[in-house]
Amino acid sequence: MHNEHSDTHFQLRIDNGEHIEAKDYMPENYRKHLIRQMSQHAHSEVIGMQPEGNWITRAPSLRAKQILLAKIQDEGGHGLYLYSAVETLGVSRSELIEQLQSGKAKYSSIFNYPALNWADIGAIGWLVDGAAIVNQVSLQRTSYGPYSRGMVRICKEESFHQRQGYEIMAKMMAGTKDQQAMAQDAMNRWWWPSLMMFGPHDTNSPHSSDAVKWKIKRETNDELRQKFIDKTIPQAELIGLVVPDKNIKLDDNTGHYTISEINWDEFNRVISGHGPCNKQRIDHHIKYHNEGEWVREAAIAFKKKHTKKELETV
Amino acid sequence: MNIQEATHTYTLRLGDNALILGHRLSELCSKGPILEEDLALTNISLDMIGRAQALLKYAADTEMLGKTEDDLAYRRPENHYYNNLIIEQPNGDFAHTIARQLFVSVFEFLFYTELEKSKDTTLAAIASKTIKEIKYHMQHAADWTLRLGDGTAESHKRMQKAVNDLWMYTGEFFEMDNLDTFLLHQHIAVDASSLKLEWNKYIKTALNDATLNVPEDSFMQTGSKKGIHTENLGHILSEMQYLQRAYPDAKW
Amino acid sequence: MSTDTQFDLWEVFIQSKSGLPYMHAGSVHASDNKMALQNARDIYTRRGEGTSIWVMPSKYIVASNPDDNDMLFDPANDKAYRHPTFYTMPEGAKNI
Repeated sequence: MHNEHSDTHFQLRIDNGEHIEAKDYMPENYRKHLIRQMSQHAHSEVIGMQPEGNWITRAPSLRAKQILLAKIQDEGGHGLYLYSAVETLGVSRSELIEQLQSGKAKYSSIFNYPALNWADIGAIGWLVDGAAIVNQVSLQRTSYGPYSRGMVRICKEESFHQRQGYEIMAKMMAGTKDQQAMAQDAMNRWWWPSLMMFGPHDTNSPHSSDAVKWKIKRETNDELRQKFIDKTIPQAELIGLVVPDKNIKLDDNTGHYTISEINWDEFNRVISGHGPCNKQRIDHHIKYHNEGEWVREAAIAFKKKHTKKELETV
Repeated sequence: MNIQEATHTYTLRLGDNALILGHRLSELCSKGPILEEDLALTNISLDMIGRAQALLKYAADTEMLGKTEDDLAYRRPENHYYNNLIIEQPNGDFAHTIARQLFVSVFEFLFYTELEKSKDTTLAAIASKTIKEIKYHMQHAADWTLRLGDGTAESHKRMQKAVNDLWMYTGEFFEMDNLDTFLLHQHIAVDASSLKLEWNKYIKTALNDATLNVPEDSFMQTGSKKGIHTENLGHILSEMQYLQRAYPDAKW
Repeated sequence: MSTDTQFDLWEVFIQSKSGLPYMHAGSVHASDNKMALQNARDIYTRRGEGTSIWVMPSKYIVASNPDDNDMLFDPANDKAYRHPTFYTMPEGAKNI
């Protein structure tokens, strides 16, 4: 009889393309990797509400305001789906929030950059969501069932996010000189950080090999980054935006673009907490979390006073 | 006063209420007490901004100056906005947000139920769409009023304070000026003054169920129908209108 | 361990069209029944996905143990006679 609780059997299931569910046997490191990756993903969605949130009250038309609000609401929803997926592994949302606020858990560094002009809203949708989508589409096939199901739902909902961002950029590039300058300025500031979103090169990525073996990650950082570069550069050129990299070349043999080396010093600096907004983002989260405490306490107190007996005896 | 001009102003008032409250609620995005509630408040905000869009479009149409709903939302001076004073009050703590929403939603529920019968078919159509949304806003606010009022000692205190603080702005709901009366006679407008009894009844029940006291009626603040506001509106507009004012030639 | 509470976990089931089965959509946190229903509505039906919602506290869900899969599910695999294709019909038989 085979041992269903062995790592060999587990790997066999993965290799057969099976999904792993919450109660199934899994190696401790698989579990740990999932918790780290999914919670980081969830925190990114939630912290990601802030830079765009910075422009809600200044959105320049009723249409723009509705779109932006609906989009940020989606990010919150996606954070929620992902928190739920982590909860299937027995980690509560309270614990996850505590890890975020104490700095123990990370979130995508891209959200430590500021949203400075309205075109940043375009750039975030087009580049940041565009990069995220490349990753998320790949993650729909991830081996952990609850994560995979969450990603399917998220990808379906996110499909408008990138388009609305590109629409803003296209509109501004077709607009006044001021608008064009804003769009190019946003492009210059968001291009490199969005390439960094895919993480270090495969050769320097500490978690990559296990994650690929376990099919948590289905494609490597560099593969995904290349996909994003290849589809984004022509989109920029189409609307007249200049990609801020003089060394961009299309390799006719491979069909892929080559780019300059990414500034990994900056990447490491922002990851280690020294991005322009690291402190601001966490402070914001803590402030409103704390301000909500009395509300949550009230709801629980109310529930305790009015608990229906029949529900408790189910 | 002709019907069309009066309808324009009447619609503008309704549109501004939806616009400014939608804006206020949008300020709360990423600031909710729990993630789920963040999404709930955003939904209410989106309902409001959608309603504002429909109403301001109709206001622009009846003005016949070739303006769009965005021109009306973003290009008027402060004293040409006609939202009720309660609408522009700051979000404050969650109790204030909920108290404001309760007072407004209950009024709007009664108001739009009547407006659905308006002879003006556009207003009637907007009303019948919006009434479904308002029912949900009202339920949401009433449920939270219950939880906060009958929750902890602190939440009770905060909720009672919010109710007391905002009470002086509730008299405006029921005011009728010449324009309202004129359109009422045309079977277009709603007799807002007739809704006070029903509103008081509903609010009294909601507050008492939540172990809260109904404040004594004292002086009621007024001015919005004439475009006279609290100091809050100017700050809302300076943010909201920033891009449209700074780049007047740009299309967004 | 945090003393903060994020409310109880509830499971959400949505019926997308009348007549169709309720499908598991995901989870929400809520402190009481009404909040659970409203949160489910606000989170899982934003794009018109639903005509009806069920919510239930996650703690009341009882799940089968994967270790029992052999015992629970394999015995059904060799009962081909439960499927209509098991049976041979005479040539030319119609409407059966």
